[in-house]
Amino acid sequence: MSAVVTEHDDHHDHGPAKGLLRWVFTTNHKDIGTLYLVFALAMFFVGGAMAMIIRSELFQPGMQFVEPQFFNSMTTMHALVMVFGAVMPAFVGLANWMIPMMIGAPDMALPRMNNMSFWVLVAGVLLLASTLFMEGGAPASGWTLYPPLVLQTGDALPFAIFSVHLLGISSIMGAINIIATIFNMRAPGMTLMKMPLFVWTWLITAFLLIAVMPVFAGGVTMLLTDRFFDTSFFDAAGGGDPVLYQHIFWFFGHPEVYIMILPTFGVASTIIPVFARKPLFGYSSMVVATIGIAFLSFIVWAHHMFTVGMPMAGELYFMYATMLIAIPTAVKIFNWTATMWKGSMTFETPMLFCIAFVVLFTIGGFTGLMMALAPLDFQYHDTYFIVAHFHYTLVPASIFVLQAAAYYWLPKWTGHMYNEKLGQLHFWLSVISVNILFFPQHFLGLAGMPRRIPDYAVQFADWNMISSIGAFIYGFSQLIFLYIVIQTIRQGTGEKVTDEVWEDAKKHGLEWHLPSPPPYHTFTTPPKVIPTEHI
Amino acid sequence: MRDSIDQKNIKLVKKLLLVVLAMFGFGYALVPIYDVFCDITGLNGKVELSAANEGQYEIDPSREISVEFITSLNETTPMKFRAITKKLKIHPGEYYTVNFFAENMTDKPMISQAIPSISPGAAAEYFHKSECFCFTEQKFAAHESKTMPVRFVVDPAIPDRYKTITLAYTFFDNTDKTVKN
Repeated sequence: MSAVVTEHDDHHDHGPAKGLLRWVFTTNHKDIGTLYLVFALAMFFVGGAMAMIIRSELFQPGMQFVEPQFFNSMTTMHALVMVFGAVMPAFVGLANWMIPMMIGAPDMALPRMNNMSFWVLVAGVLLLASTLFMEGGAPASGWTLYPPLVLQTGDALPFAIFSVHLLGISSIMGAINIIATIFNMRAPGMTLMKMPLFVWTWLITAFLLIAVMPVFAGGVTMLLTDRFFDTSFFDAAGGGDPVLYQHIFWFFGHPEVYIMILPTFGVASTIIPVFARKPLFGYSSMVVATIGIAFLSFIVWAHHMFTVGMPMAGELYFMYATMLIAIPTAVKIFNWTATMWKGSMTFETPMLFCIAFVVLFTIGGFTGLMMALAPLDFQYHDTYFIVAHFHYTLVPASIFVLQAAAYYWLPKWTGHMYNEKLGQLHFWLSVISVNILFFPQHFLGLAGMPRRIPDYAVQFADWNMISSIGAFIYGFSQLIFLYIVIQTIRQGTGEKVTDEVWEDAKKHGLEWHLPSPPPYHTFTTPPKVIPTEHI
Repeated sequence: MRDSIDQKNIKLVKKLLLVVLAMFGFGYALVPIYDVFCDITGLNGKVELSAANEGQYEIDPSREISVEFITSLNETTPMKFRAITKKLKIHPGEYYTVNFFAENMTDKPMISQAIPSISPGAAAEYFHKSECFCFTEQKFAAHESKTMPVRFVVDPAIPDRYKTITLAYTFFDNTDKTVKN
């Protein structure tokens, strides 16, 4: 088989096409990975700007800057842009860049579909953004799009729904591509249980995506027909029930939050062993824990609806099932800690972000456990406590680890070293400000401040001001990250990086066996040696 | 080699697309599953929308339950709607009739549908109505007002922990929808 591949290699060793159209028509996994990552970074700033508007308005009680309707649009759009425009595409970008290089494949299994899934994503996000300029404003019902409120959206409703359809189609295509790549394109000798955990977590995430995105697409289609075609799925007057939507939404929504966190786990499991200079502790338990979390994600959805009305048995079942998730998650936390235990640790920027992730994600996990308790949830539901909880599991978890991944692999991608001093500055500013930003929101929530409101009672003023100050520091610190990324792409510190970049990284992953930057086509001949230090 | 990988890919993609289609269908299947589930469990205070036969319970005079009646309208529904009896102490097993008042505030005929809900939701399965204006759509002439009865009974099998049951009605203006169909 290698003879055939070598021949293939002789004929097709060419670089990228010339000109800007290269980026439109490209089917190269590295180009598409770059497109996804750049797009996600841009959306991170768009969604971040919306968060800045929210925190500015909440800096003081009373109405300062925006209309309440626009404020509600901002909370809705901030969430949709961050979830579907920033975090998910960023992980798809990483998958595109890294999975073929990690499993020794020449490219993704379905390169044309890969191109299409990216451009459908762009169309979806542009369609969503266009609703900001429509009569009646952008959707303002929260990202969950609950009826009957969402049905009062103006002209934007059908556009928002079609945008969700496009984003769903894009994710499904991406997921199918990733599954096909992992199943069919692995180098000889790269068995499933030798794959880096990032590949494993993405494989499971991809299955979650194809299982739940279609359900969400169905749910929003019902909204569409309820509004325009006189169906009554959620319309009580016609015999429907708005609570049904909540069940459909959270059947999608709960796996969706794991779609954003499982690849995070994968990246952390890839980075921590390299900087601890030890194999990952408990590789197979990590795989099993990931599968366990994915399975549990399908059977806990109604813990988002404790206050909506459920028989006692339902409350108890969803409470206990939800608490069960703490077990596989704790397995992971302990494994990362054990990986670092007695390791020869060094603290470069990627490692710093990963350590902060382990600590701060645990806080987010504990508050999750608190809200899993049905009787307590009646106090926390729809307050700033839940806002603090899921931001702890997304910002210092998904976002931190995505940035760790950028610092970790940028030298590989570009062949230039990033500025370590600036990286550390970015880290310390981020880690301090993110706690100033989100920790006080726990207090606000416990004191009863509801989420998604533009104004609040004066007793909440102090913590809101502190939270907003944290938000401004965190938001502007991200410009340092932008600067570092651009500088590294241009020439970095000028220091020439080696193939393995990080000490002994070759033992941990195939990508470090390739030159930095890797040529346009890599592994056209499958690699001979499979590194297994990460296991 | 490449060909065989392509074939494997195509086979796999077909299977995965089937999963996608099946899950899209599952989203819609959740609608009947949810209704059946709610019927069985009385989840979410969903109540029966057809008349129960009278006279099948033994009256339990030793127990007393408060039944409250509340009404609501959406901002956009041009009606007046209120419960004439706000609260009633009842014995399980005995039949009672209470009246509701509704008025069409527009100059045009109106077709409205009242949707009941009971809280606590889990008590819904013990609450039976033999007569209710919510069983069918109500027609109102312009500015017509009506007093409409509800006849109900609470099953004596209801557990002791339920001391108060609230029956809520919301009137929805269905004129446009009904006329169109």
